[in-house]
Amino acid sequence: MILHSKGGSSASFTIRGARVLDPGAGVDALLDVKIEKGVISELAQPSNRSGAGKGVAAEGLVLAPAFVDPHVHLRTPGREDEETIASGSAAAAAGGYCAILAMPNTSPTVDNAAVLGALIEQAQEEAKVPTGFMAAISRGLAGQELTEMGELAGAGAAAFTDDGQPVRSAALMRRALQYAGSTGRHLALHCEDRALSQHGQMHEGAVSAELGLAGYPSVAESVAVGRDLALAAYEDQPLHLMHLSTSESVELLRHALVDGVQVSAEAAPHHLCLTDEAVRSFDSNLKMNPPLRAERDRLVLIEALKSGEISCVATDHAPHARQEKDVPFEVAPFGVTGLETAFAALYTHLVEPGLLSLETLLERMSAGPAHAFDLPVPRIGVGEPANLVLLDLEASWMVQEERFRSLSTNSWLLGQALRGEVALTIAAGRVVFGAERVVA
Amino acid sequence: MAEIRVIAGDAQTAAAAPKRHLISIEDLNHEIVERLLATARNFSRSLEREMKKLPTLRGRTIVNLVYESSTRTASSFELAAKRLSADVMTLRASGSSVEKGESLRDTIRTLTAYQPDVIVIRHVQIGAPKLIAETTSAHVVNAGDGKHQHPTQALLDLYTMQEALGHLAGLQVAIVGDVLHSRVARSLVQALNLVDASTICIGPPALIPRGFEQIGCEVSSDISRIETADVVYVLRMQQERIAAGENFVPSLREYSARWGISPKRLRPGQVVMHPGPINRGVEIDPRVADSPGSLIEAQVRSGLVVRMAVLYDLLTQGPVSLAPTVNMNEVA
Repeated sequence: MILHSKGGSSASFTIRGARVLDPGAGVDALLDVKIEKGVISELAQPSNRSGAGKGVAAEGLVLAPAFVDPHVHLRTPGREDEETIASGSAAAAAGGYCAILAMPNTSPTVDNAAVLGALIEQAQEEAKVPTGFMAAISRGLAGQELTEMGELAGAGAAAFTDDGQPVRSAALMRRALQYAGSTGRHLALHCEDRALSQHGQMHEGAVSAELGLAGYPSVAESVAVGRDLALAAYEDQPLHLMHLSTSESVELLRHALVDGVQVSAEAAPHHLCLTDEAVRSFDSNLKMNPPLRAERDRLVLIEALKSGEISCVATDHAPHARQEKDVPFEVAPFGVTGLETAFAALYTHLVEPGLLSLETLLERMSAGPAHAFDLPVPRIGVGEPANLVLLDLEASWMVQEERFRSLSTNSWLLGQALRGEVALTIAAGRVVFGAERVVA
Repeated sequence: MAEIRVIAGDAQTAAAAPKRHLISIEDLNHEIVERLLATARNFSRSLEREMKKLPTLRGRTIVNLVYESSTRTASSFELAAKRLSADVMTLRASGSSVEKGESLRDTIRTLTAYQPDVIVIRHVQIGAPKLIAETTSAHVVNAGDGKHQHPTQALLDLYTMQEALGHLAGLQVAIVGDVLHSRVARSLVQALNLVDASTICIGPPALIPRGFEQIGCEVSSDISRIETADVVYVLRMQQERIAAGENFVPSLREYSARWGISPKRLRPGQVVMHPGPINRGVEIDPRVADSPGSLIEAQVRSGLVVRMAVLYDLLTQGPVSLAPTVNMNEVA
């Protein structure tokens, strides 16, 4: 068992008249979707008898497989003022997610079975959507000694990562690849050569040159991506590349895929929607690692997402306390939130302008990440567990602090109007968001 | 009664005026630069008088916040405010509540309670002046924020060039040295563009930021390119840049040999400037620093009148005609 959530009553009702869109299953039709005890029991032509039995009137809305986020910081244990499993999973529910994977860079680090076990117990108490936990590659994320990956995998670790820190030593990286292979869990890598990124605050380029902010060059990422792909190819082990931000990294990924390396990759909404130009505002909610890159990088990321070379959208949801972000850009911590805005941001910035199809976006937010981490793939079909998101593509809404379920509000979208709103989320057969839509 | 009227009048104009700040050269345009330089020239004449104080900003409050070590900028802002009869407070980060962990925003809220008219801020962190401008009702003047901007330095440099060479349009300026870590270089390139002068930045490759040419200058690592410049503007070369692990240049000795400004690198008629503090024998030969072609002391003098002009301009409503800028009849 990798995903854990609290119990609750399973859904039994019908979602009527939505455009049911599951690109991976080849479904795109107006259908009534009947759910019994949390399982999809029937897909039928829409009945004209509206109001017949318990259900959701969904005419004009899109019903799709719910989303999977492989990269979330829940800040628990240690910074429960910034996020808890309850608040983070509620944010995920509001964002249309039916599964999330949490990062181990907490305090204490998730690097032993005791900490992991406690988190899993807590998730069974309070996680609104099924939540999995990655464990660290190295003890204390220190990059010195491997964690006991065998025991951690047995205790339910979803994968291994030192996210927030790169694995600095190539030798340790190689050992991690060799050993993780024996546990059946993947490695997820934060690729950064710290000697090159150093004190970098933003992408190195014309904007950093003008603003005087220390540059974090794109090669600081791609040099590490190149190293880790070479090691994965040599060891013939799988690898997941987190939050890719540069065109050079995508180029390396492309070659590795052609060469048959078992590699998957993710991109974050902020890297797909924004460039370093935005940093001119010195808004600390535009500071994250890796940083916002140049327009060329953004376009290459979008192309790779379209082609599937990048198969996952991952929010890298990174909550930070208000007082820690309300400081000059240079001293603000890296990271922005994303769970509650990911779909609308990408729909508004990529789908509406015609840069990406809705179908592709839905796949990359759901099946892509599920495949990458061997999680159950949300599908719309008879007999499938109900993992569904109902989307109102016509709705416009303002991103405002008061709306967030997350305990933190460090969103790069504050004050912006977005199109596309999550109306209802069903995760593992339970309504986790938008229950008021279900009428008897 | 008269005093009450004055206060009421001030309150009205303050409410009506859009709040202007000087945070970056981007806050200026050609016209405002011309106006500031002309105002500075008028103030310069007033300083020739035995009685140097002008009543112009009497009753105004100027807070000078110094969060980063500074000698010439802090002292020149303080003196500029005093020459204009403003009440000025200079607060340094050490010994204040900053040391007790108060956030910048809270410090500014506290100071804003005294209703200052201008907050002058010198800060190590880029973007601090902008954060302050978002927080206070005062006008904000950036007296240097990290490696970002130092707009009054750029203005005093323009003033110095204009006084020495008679014009700005068409001037060629070579900025030499550590451009990467220099807020002075960033501000000056932009300011020179505003007055139709051209710039080339010359220095060791690792000390010229990637993409810097896109802000509107040439870049080169070839020191012989200073030859055609009217002004050679020398930047401070800091010891930290060659600390272990940095390696921007192999040694100060090699830097000095390849990019130091010595008499033989200069041609007659070229003037030399430096924002200070200078490292004699590193980026600049003492014979150059002390030569008749050196404008280094003139820059310090310009700093006072240019900062007077900036404070005056922010506290008067919008464009002012130059004639009444300094009404000598007003002089107490």
